[in-house]
Amino acid sequence: MADTDGTTDPMVPRLARIARRRRDGPQVWTLEIEAEDSAGAGFAPGQFNMLTAFGVGEVPISLSGDPAEPDRLVHTIRAVGPVSTALTRLGPGETVGLRGPFGVGWPMAELAGHDVLIVAGGLGLAPLRPVLYRLLAERARYGKVVLLYGTRSPQEILFRRQIESWRRRLDIDIEVTVDHALGDWHGHVGVVTTLIPRASFDPAHTIALVCGPEVMMRFAIAALRDAGLPDTALFLSMERNMKCAVGLCGHCQIGPVFACRDGPVFRFDRLRNVLAVKEI
Amino acid sequence: MEIEGLERILREHSFFAGLGDAFLALVSGCARNVRFEAGHYLFHEGEPANEFYLLRHGRVALELHAPGRGPITFQTLGEGEIVGVSWLIPPYRWAYDARALTLVRAIGVDAACLRQKCEADHDLGYEMMKRVTSVLIQRLQTTRLQILDVYGTHG
Repeated sequence: MADTDGTTDPMVPRLARIARRRRDGPQVWTLEIEAEDSAGAGFAPGQFNMLTAFGVGEVPISLSGDPAEPDRLVHTIRAVGPVSTALTRLGPGETVGLRGPFGVGWPMAELAGHDVLIVAGGLGLAPLRPVLYRLLAERARYGKVVLLYGTRSPQEILFRRQIESWRRRLDIDIEVTVDHALGDWHGHVGVVTTLIPRASFDPAHTIALVCGPEVMMRFAIAALRDAGLPDTALFLSMERNMKCAVGLCGHCQIGPVFACRDGPVFRFDRLRNVLAVKEI
Repeated sequence: MEIEGLERILREHSFFAGLGDAFLALVSGCARNVRFEAGHYLFHEGEPANEFYLLRHGRVALELHAPGRGPITFQTLGEGEIVGVSWLIPPYRWAYDARALTLVRAIGVDAACLRQKCEADHDLGYEMMKRVTSVLIQRLQTTRLQILDVYGTHG
């Protein structure tokens, strides 16, 4: 949708159509959408779009698809509130509103030449999947790649078939753990932070990317610091109440920064002093 | 010869990291090599805590049985970790089942033997207490995270 000066107004949603819908877990669906005026502008791993369920509302949703396929806008959504529930009930051919992509993503340029340790919890794997696509597509540019993924139960492992497929590769280490399991699960049981001391990486040459519920990220950051990673090598993606997505409304303010404009991905040293403040 | 080999293995195990040679010699006098096939139990809930295990290879599931639900795994442990922490504090009974998920090779430590040595030498006892407490704190913290159910819809 063009503004009077010919540029796109970031506050006005474009129309987009659901191309595919796939269930990825209890209450979790992945929607692939195509903008009607798609220009294939692409997105950076870690960025998000604002999706509108017409008549219900708008929510921020991370892009979870392959950045090498800019026309396929993939979003993985958990049905938790009225808007996300309405979005997950839409089927192929139905229309949503789309604004974006917005925000600062993962530090892909900085990762080159480093070992990359990805720590994901629950749905937090979704904003990290574009990173994995990029790392694996340009594998020679990076050192060791390690994915540590934790979730609630074996039934709630996100992108399970894809993880199993990646695990068969010889150039990525993947460990999956669940918080609880019955006897038929033969993988790890325990929270994702327990995988960090067991993982093999050189803290002097590693950059860690962390995404998940905030409590999980706090404990993961503590474990990564215990393992010897400096604060400047830790990045995390913050989920906040994004509304305008362009740093105007202030709903997603975290101390001196706006999650929508200055994040959602932050280097840990920028947030170190505000994460522990309960009032923020 | 075997005691020397055990001492070296114990020195390299993270549970005994930094323990002095004299104490390592005392501990190794209570230790032996053990092996469990996949599916075999290292111990069961309610049994006396007679022997604890320092894993060298393989994985172990800690389980509780719930009526109608079968075994529920609440933690898995691997190389470099310790299976069994109830051996140092009365009533010296295991509070869960420990089952080998794969072939497990470990050092088994005779708990009664080591307790006796801890009673006789409180410096050794204090070293053991610090190590067991450290494991308990780690497990308490991870248990808190599990109880918080951070991946639930409220997470």
